[in-house]
Amino acid sequence: MTRFIAKRLGLGLITLWLLSVLVFFGTQVLPGDVARRILGPFASPSAVTALNKQLGTDKSVFVQYLNWITGLFHGDLGTSVATRTSVSSIVFPALWHSAKLAILAFIIVVPLGILGGVLAALYEGRFRDRLISVGGLSATTVPEFVWSVVFILVFALWLGILPSTATAPPGSGFLTQIEYLVLPALCLVFVLFGYIARMARAGTIESLEADYTRTAVIKGLPYRTVVRRHVLRNSLLPTIAVVATQAGYLIGGLVAIELVFNYQGIGQVLYRAAIQKDFPVLQSAVLIVGVVYLVATLLADLAYSLLNPRIRFESSS
Amino acid sequence: MSSFGEPIGSSVTAADSPAVAEPTVGPGPDEAKVIRREHLALLLRSKTFIAGALILGFWIVCAIFGNLIAPDDPLRTNPVAALQAPSSAHLFGTDTLGRDVLSRVLVGARDILIVAPLATLLATAMGTLLGLVTGYFRGFVDDSLGRLIDAILAVPVVIVGLLSMVALGPSTVTVIFVIAVVFTPVIARTVRAAVLSEVQYEYVAAARLRNERAPYILFGEILPNVMGPVLVEFTVRLGYAIFTIATLSFLGFGIQPPAPDWGLQIYQHYGLISGGYWWPVLFPALAIASLVIGVNLLSDGISQAFER
Repeated sequence: MTRFIAKRLGLGLITLWLLSVLVFFGTQVLPGDVARRILGPFASPSAVTALNKQLGTDKSVFVQYLNWITGLFHGDLGTSVATRTSVSSIVFPALWHSAKLAILAFIIVVPLGILGGVLAALYEGRFRDRLISVGGLSATTVPEFVWSVVFILVFALWLGILPSTATAPPGSGFLTQIEYLVLPALCLVFVLFGYIARMARAGTIESLEADYTRTAVIKGLPYRTVVRRHVLRNSLLPTIAVVATQAGYLIGGLVAIELVFNYQGIGQVLYRAAIQKDFPVLQSAVLIVGVVYLVATLLADLAYSLLNPRIRFESSS
Repeated sequence: MSSFGEPIGSSVTAADSPAVAEPTVGPGPDEAKVIRREHLALLLRSKTFIAGALILGFWIVCAIFGNLIAPDDPLRTNPVAALQAPSSAHLFGTDTLGRDVLSRVLVGARDILIVAPLATLLATAMGTLLGLVTGYFRGFVDDSLGRLIDAILAVPVVIVGLLSMVALGPSTVTVIFVIAVVFTPVIARTVRAAVLSEVQYEYVAAARLRNERAPYILFGEILPNVMGPVLVEFTVRLGYAIFTIATLSFLGFGIQPPAPDWGLQIYQHYGLISGGYWWPVLFPALAIASLVIGVNLLSDGISQAFER
């Protein structure tokens, strides 16, 4: 077990390092003169030199990379070029906002997706299955921003039952905040539902066809009990593990949704940083997204192996 | 092709191409033909495939003949008639610059239907090459490329898009680059899995014993046998490519103005929704939804026909 964790952790760290190199080269090396890029073509050469000096971009590429990484390890994410405030004061509150949105979406979509998938599997090949499978697939493939604008039109503009922004007025209570988050969360639900349902369906069908299920049926257990005790227990595990790996995808989807609903989450921060060429913010935000994704997949793998002894023993042998 | 509706297994009648006078039951190519026909028959009986093909067909016709069908020039601005609600003069209304939304929706299929297949084709070609090489050679090449693939897969697509936009500037070429970078590893992984199961077969061992060179074994022997998964992967990725390109265009990083692209139209007008101007947003949104659903129904039909 320890070896398994160590191996996964090692892989995660390698991935993170590759990501940091990618981000660094994408933002600091490829654009060429960083300060010129930020200040625009009409800034005076002395201002450009000064900013390059302030950002440390006048030094060699390796020194820059080392400085950045050392700063990260000391908890110093740098200073935003656009707002002159510390990057951590921008990134972490935004991360919390996004987390609230994502949690609400997950609370809705995970039970719904699993229910849909299991229902589809129990009625495999029949109308109910096709409805859930094809409907889920269609919902999943429509981009988030399309759902966002359609939902705003229907629920905020025409029906007038929900607000069209996601940011609740300051000081509003828990329920009001949720009311404001329902529409953006619903967009995530629509996009994730098909995916989770497909996983749950595949897992359920597999365990419905397994020998232990046949044995349970033959020995005379009621079908309900077979499904609950034998089928679901074996099929939902992989589904839950797969759900966790959707964290990274979720963050990508958040960019468009937070933009449409004008919500100050990590997606909005990423977008604004890219538009404003605020490289310190962009670098940190991308890395944090990478860390969140890796931690989520690592936890999913761990939970999966803890719950499923077969995986644990296979990996240790 | 006259025998579309024929049930599977009904004899392979004298082939459509008279040039090949084959014996009735021949090995090799004839067998492949039967399999191909079975796939085709399955496809044509699949409702999802037909529905998807009809939707995609509609948009392809619009992409090619859009300028002829459209009632107005999609690029002609008319500031006096800006933001007019749908009426008999403009069925879908006009946008902020007074352009006819219906015309822009009809012509808007063109850019995405050129860029998405091109980008997907590029990614499929590179992914197939990578998958063949890693699946066949294994060892160090496989391990190191595998790590790299994992790392790339850990980065959300939109972030790759944001970074590329910052590094390369927004353009159609950047979009194709992003799609290629993001999809190549995914396709490589699928193809690699298919290659791994092919390598065990005798025909590969026979080719090795004949002392064939690796490139020949890869492209002459293995590649034709993994074309099924490659085709399925292409259609699935095409759906994702349309999804991604629409999203990048919506964020302002994809297809650039004044192209009547749907994502771009929504980007330019979504801020006006709360003011009650829904038509420049809703119609392009429905167009995107119908296109991605069509492509995914199509690919769902293809994967069900091939994966049995």
